[in-house]
Amino acid sequence: MASDYALSLCDISCTFISRDNPGQRYAAVANTTLNIAPGEFVSVVGPTGCGKTTLLNVGAGLLEPSSGSVTVHGKKLAGINQRAGYMFQADALMPWKSALDNVIVGLLFRGVEQAAARERGIAWLARVGLSGFEDRYPHQLSGGMRKRVAMAQTLILDPDIILMDEPFSALDVQTRQLMENELLDLWSEKKKAVLFITHDLDEAIALSDRVVVLSSGPATHPLGEFPIDLPRPRDVAEIRNQPHFTELHTKIWDVLRDEVLKGYIQHKNVAEE
Amino acid sequence: MDNKFLLRFWQIVLLILLLAGWQTASTFSTKIAFFFGDPAGVAGKLLDWFFIERDIYLHLGVTLIETLLAFAIGTAIGLLVGLWLALNPRAAAIADPFLKAMNAMPRVILAPIFALWFGLGIASKVALAVTLVFFIVFFNVFQGVREVSPTLLANARILGAGRRDLLRHVYLPSAMSWVFSSLHISVGMAFVGAVVGEYLGSARGVGYLILQAEGSFDILTVFAGIVVLTLCALVLDTLVGKAEKHLMRWQPKIGMTEKI
Ligand SMILES: Nc1ncnc2c1ncn2[C@@H]1O[C@H](COP(=O)(O)OP(=O)(O)OP(=O)(O)O)[C@@H](O)[C@H]1O
Ligand SMILES: [Mg+2]
Repeated sequence: MASDYALSLCDISCTFISRDNPGQRYAAVANTTLNIAPGEFVSVVGPTGCGKTTLLNVGAGLLEPSSGSVTVHGKKLAGINQRAGYMFQADALMPWKSALDNVIVGLLFRGVEQAAARERGIAWLARVGLSGFEDRYPHQLSGGMRKRVAMAQTLILDPDIILMDEPFSALDVQTRQLMENELLDLWSEKKKAVLFITHDLDEAIALSDRVVVLSSGPATHPLGEFPIDLPRPRDVAEIRNQPHFTELHTKIWDVLRDEVLKGYIQHKNVAEE
Repeated sequence: MDNKFLLRFWQIVLLILLLAGWQTASTFSTKIAFFFGDPAGVAGKLLDWFFIERDIYLHLGVTLIETLLAFAIGTAIGLLVGLWLALNPRAAAIADPFLKAMNAMPRVILAPIFALWFGLGIASKVALAVTLVFFIVFFNVFQGVREVSPTLLANARILGAGRRDLLRHVYLPSAMSWVFSSLHISVGMAFVGAVVGEYLGSARGVGYLILQAEGSFDILTVFAGIVVLTLCALVLDTLVGKAEKHLMRWQPKIGMTEKI
């Protein structure tokens, strides 16, 4: 059964221990199971600090869970997930490489010729709307531009599984919708498995086949899964006006709102302790 | 623009005042003339060295070659050892007390030993200067590798980087950025090492000229030597500044807007 999934996180728990003080523990994620079929677009929403990035790191093979297992296309994951592309929440571009060199660096790692890689890199930069910015260094780009370079850097490798951690939160509404549509085009063309993390419920519903709501931490776990049965192909700007979209939004927000409040109060209490 | 011009003006005025004061003082007092020389005499000596006798070039050349050799060798060794230790935490932990001890040691006292091992030629000066340069580069490389952000590293690994790719595309550029930013100090140290080495025993070099002049109470030559060394250091520093600016162009700078 598990072998049918592109990415399967099975009964994952992650407890962080403080390096200096092993007695200090924090159970970030507890008993979470999350399966993504090939070609499925799954979004994860949850209050800030609940453990979304942690889960994604587990799926990418960067973080070993305290318990539970990860399978990728039926194979148990050990080490880095080679079939995944991961767009990080934090800045991860190499500051000493130009935008173009950053985009093609993965191709070079995979042994593609420099000239061929550059050609593809230029095409990808155009695709994310950054033609003419090839020679800029990351510090010469805006936050949103850097995100788009990171997106090109990840997607140029054509990974089977795409992990994205709040990729569009730094973009303005228009650019964001352009990028979302671009992502949907790409996804429907190649039917990749996408695990998409966002704070924005609208975005989650507009893009996904399924939205997973996580509880607030500690011991985060999925509270509910909502299939999004809106018709495809979608346009992220127009779909928001459909009545069914609003229904789904209300339904999911009902669950999410309480968690966001809970998470907020918890963090405040920790801060005041 | 205007401001800069004014600044230059006052700097030149100050220089002229200082030189004039020095000249006057040594004219009125033979004691001052004996211990401090006089600017006109120093200028005459410089003129002599560069244009009349033309015997400074050999010595200056030797000193500069020592400096460059020491800089190149010290940087190369510092880079290799720094990378190796930074990527092998266990080796680093073992080597740590030794490195600390060697760094704490006032390494100028090694000069006589090096003279014994390598003779009075170029090699012993280079060796002394290398020990000075090495530690600066080494600590910077070590820091540079340690400072690589974990996210950046994770990203490179996800993108498919092997150990060699990480070294070439991540660790080395990060380490080099630290090395470049310490270029001023390491070039300066190479220069100091070369001159001090010469001063402590040699047959050639600007340090040797100064040593000789000191032995015969030729204060003018000592000052002229100091002037030559200072000018050389300034030129080296400017060149390094240019190189650094070019090599570090990817580094963020604040406020790079055009002033209209
Ligand atoms: N390396 C770590 N050591 C200790 N605690 C950690 C570590 N990484 C994350 N945490 C804790 O785990 C919890 C979940 O972190 P995570 O980064 O997964 O949150 P998130 O859901 O991605 O939040 P956001 O939406 O703000 O990005 C947080 O409370 C955080 O403090
Ligand atoms: Mg996060």
